Amino acid sequence: MAAPYDLNDGSVVVIIGSGAGGGTLGNELAQKGIDVVILEAGSRHEYEDFVNDEWASFGQLAWTDMRTTSGSWRVHKDFPNLPAWIVKAVGGSTTHWAGASLRFQEHEFKARTTYGHVAGANLLDWPITLAELAPWYDKAEAKLGVTLTNGLPGLPGNNNFKILKAGADKLGYKEVHTGRMAINSVQRDDRNACQQTGFCFQGCKWGAKWSTLYTEIPKGEATGRMEVRPNSHVLKIEHDASGKASGVVYVDKDGKQQRQKARIVAVAGNSIESPRLLLNSASSMFPDGLANSSGQVGRNYMRHMTASVYGVFDKPVHMYRGTTMAGIVQDEARHDDSRGFVAGYELETLSLGIPFMAAFLNPGGWGREFTTVLDSYTHMAGMWIVGEDMPQETNRVSLSGAVDQHGLPVANVHFDDHPNDIAMRNHAWAQGRAIYEAVGATRTLPTPPYPSTHNLGTNRMSARAQDGVVNQWGQTHDIGNLFISDGSQFTTGGAENPTLTIVALAIRQADYIAKEMSAKTI
Amino acid sequence: MTAHHDHHHHHPHPGGKAPAAISRRRFLQRSSEIAIGTAIAVTAGGTLLNSAEAWATEVKALKPETLRTLIAVARDIYPHDRIADRFYAIAVKSHDDTAATDEGHKALIETGIATLDTAAGAGGYLGMQWEADRVALLRTIDDTAFFQAVRGGLVVGLYNQPDVWTIFGYEGESYSKGGYIDRGFDDIDWI
Repeated sequence: MAAPYDLNDGSVVVIIGSGAGGGTLGNELAQKGIDVVILEAGSRHEYEDFVNDEWASFGQLAWTDMRTTSGSWRVHKDFPNLPAWIVKAVGGSTTHWAGASLRFQEHEFKARTTYGHVAGANLLDWPITLAELAPWYDKAEAKLGVTLTNGLPGLPGNNNFKILKAGADKLGYKEVHTGRMAINSVQRDDRNACQQTGFCFQGCKWGAKWSTLYTEIPKGEATGRMEVRPNSHVLKIEHDASGKASGVVYVDKDGKQQRQKARIVAVAGNSIESPRLLLNSASSMFPDGLANSSGQVGRNYMRHMTASVYGVFDKPVHMYRGTTMAGIVQDEARHDDSRGFVAGYELETLSLGIPFMAAFLNPGGWGREFTTVLDSYTHMAGMWIVGEDMPQETNRVSLSGAVDQHGLPVANVHFDDHPNDIAMRNHAWAQGRAIYEAVGATRTLPTPPYPSTHNLGTNRMSARAQDGVVNQWGQTHDIGNLFISDGSQFTTGGAENPTLTIVALAIRQADYIAKEMSAKTI
Repeated sequence: MTAHHDHHHHHPHPGGKAPAAISRRRFLQRSSEIAIGTAIAVTAGGTLLNSAEAWATEVKALKPETLRTLIAVARDIYPHDRIADRFYAIAVKSHDDTAATDEGHKALIETGIATLDTAAGAGGYLGMQWEADRVALLRTIDDTAFFQAVRGGLVVGLYNQPDVWTIFGYEGESYSKGGYIDRGFDDIDWI
C-alpha cells in the first residue's frame, strides 16, 4: 500500500510524534518499504514560517498545553505549568534544539558499575554498550551532518565562543572547540550553510540546522510509504484480547476522534507525554497503564543537571550574534569523583535575547541587582551547563488531577535535585565563573535551570523486565509490538545533549523492527 | 474628554506580541492639570499626561491615580535609568485593560496600590521621595499576589518592546539582514 493510509489499515506502523525519535524512525522504516503513519499533535510550520522573535516563536512552537509540577525544584515555583520548554509541531523539538551532537562516553552506558551505589539514586547499566551503538552513531552523524565528523569543518567561532575559548585556555582546559553540531558548516543535503543568524532555538529559518521537519519527514514522504498527520493528538493506545497493541485513538485536525489501526505502535512523544500516554491507556488487562508491569513507567525522570553562567565585561561582546551553542568545553565531562560528585558535565556557549534573558536570568528577581545586568546586555557572555543527573524513582511523571482540552489527565512532573546534582552544579558554576574571570569579567552570575529541554528516562531501557520498561531495542518488555522511540528510553542521562543518541537508537530500532517484521515475530 | 484614545493591548503571557507604542504625538489640548510632583500628570478628564515625553494615555477602568502610581512602582521594580516613563506606561497599561473586564483584577490592583499608599504614610507612595525608601517598602510586600501580578506582567510587558531592545543594544530579528555572517558575529578585537 502507498500513503495515505486508511484508518482501518492494520498493516501500518503508527508512530506517535515526529521529532528526533519519531521522525527518524518513520523515515528509516519508509526507506525500507514499510508503511508508516506518523501522528503529530502539533501543526506543520515550514522553516520559512519561523520567526526571529523569542516570545512569538514560543507561541508558535512550544508545547503550552496544561501540565502541572511538584517537588523542590525551582521550576515548580517559577514556572508551575511549564516544566519543559519543548515543542508541539511537526519536527518536534528538533525545530528548537541547539544542534549539539555528542556521543555518550563508554562509561556512561555503565553508570551503576562505574559510579557504584549512590544513595537515593536508581542507577542501572544500559543493556547496550558504546561499542554496540557505535555503528549507529556513525550513521546518525552522517545523517545529521555533524561538524568535526566525517571531514566536515567546524563552525566558525562567534564572539561568545571567543570569550569561552580564551577563558578556558587560561584555565588550562584542552578540549575546547566550536562543538560537534548538526548545523551545516558547508552547504550539504540540499540545505544552506549556517549564516550566523542567532535564533537557533526559534527554528532555523535557513534550514541549516538539522530538523526532521525538513530532512527525515519529506524524505520519508517521498518514498510514498509515509504519511504525516499534523494536529493529531493521540489520546490512547488500544490493545486486543491477546494484549498486543492494535491501534490508537486520536483527535484529528477537525477535533473529531479517530481510530487508526496498527501492526506496530511506536511512542515518541518526549519523556513527559510518552509515559502520560501509556498511563492514560490503562485497561482492565493493564490497570496500571500499558507496559507498566515493572511500575517504572514515568519514574526515573531526568532533566540533566543544568544551569548557566553569565559574565559581564567592560567591553562589548554581542553574544547573541551567530550560532547559539557552537562552543564547548569538554574537560569536565569525565567521571572523576575527586571533584566531590560522580559523573561529569559539559560547558556550552548559550545566549538569550532580551525578552528571554528577562524571563530566565533570575526568575522572580527584581531591583537594580537584576536590572543592571540587562543594562550591560551587549557586554555579556553566556554559557550553559549540562551534566549527568541521577535517576531517582521519586522523580516522576504521573497523572495529575488536572485535565486537558480533551478531558484526559495531564502530566504532573515531580522533581527534586539529588545531592550529586547539587554538588555538580556548584562545581560547574565555579568553573564557569573562573573561565569568565580569567578574561576579565567584572561580574559573573549563576543562573538557575530553565524549564527542561532534555527530558529523559521515564520509560527506561533495562536488561531485566522488572527494572525498566523497554529492552535494548526500545521494545516494551510487556507488549512485543509496542516500542518507545524517544529519550524516555534512556537508562541514564550521560553528560551529553541527547539528540544524537536518540537518532542513533531510532536508526537501530528501525533495523530491528524491519528484521522482526520480516521474521514475522511482530 | 481627552484627545487620545489609546487602545493598546499587550499580553503578559507566552506568545504575546509586543504592545504598540503609546502615541508620541504632542498632547496639545488645553486641560486643567492636577499639579503633581512627578513628570506624569492626571488631567481633569482622567487622562495621564507626560508633557516632557509628549505622550498621554486614557485610563479606562482603574483610577487614574492608580495607574500613575503603578507606573512609578514599575520603574522601582525594574529600574532602567535610560528607559523613559512611556515604556513603563505601556508595560502596565494591560492592568487597566484587564481591569475593564475583570473585577477581581481591578480589585487586586486598586487594593494593592491603596495598601501601598497607606503603608507609605502621608503623601502616599508617590510622596516618598527616594527610590531606596520606596524599594524598601516594596520588599515588604514582594510575596503578595498584587506585587507578583505587577512584576510578572512587567517581564513580558516591559522587556518585549522592540523599542526597549534598541535601548539595551539588542538587535532583534536578523534573518532579513542575512544573519551576522557579514555583520560582526566574530568582531571582538579585545580578547
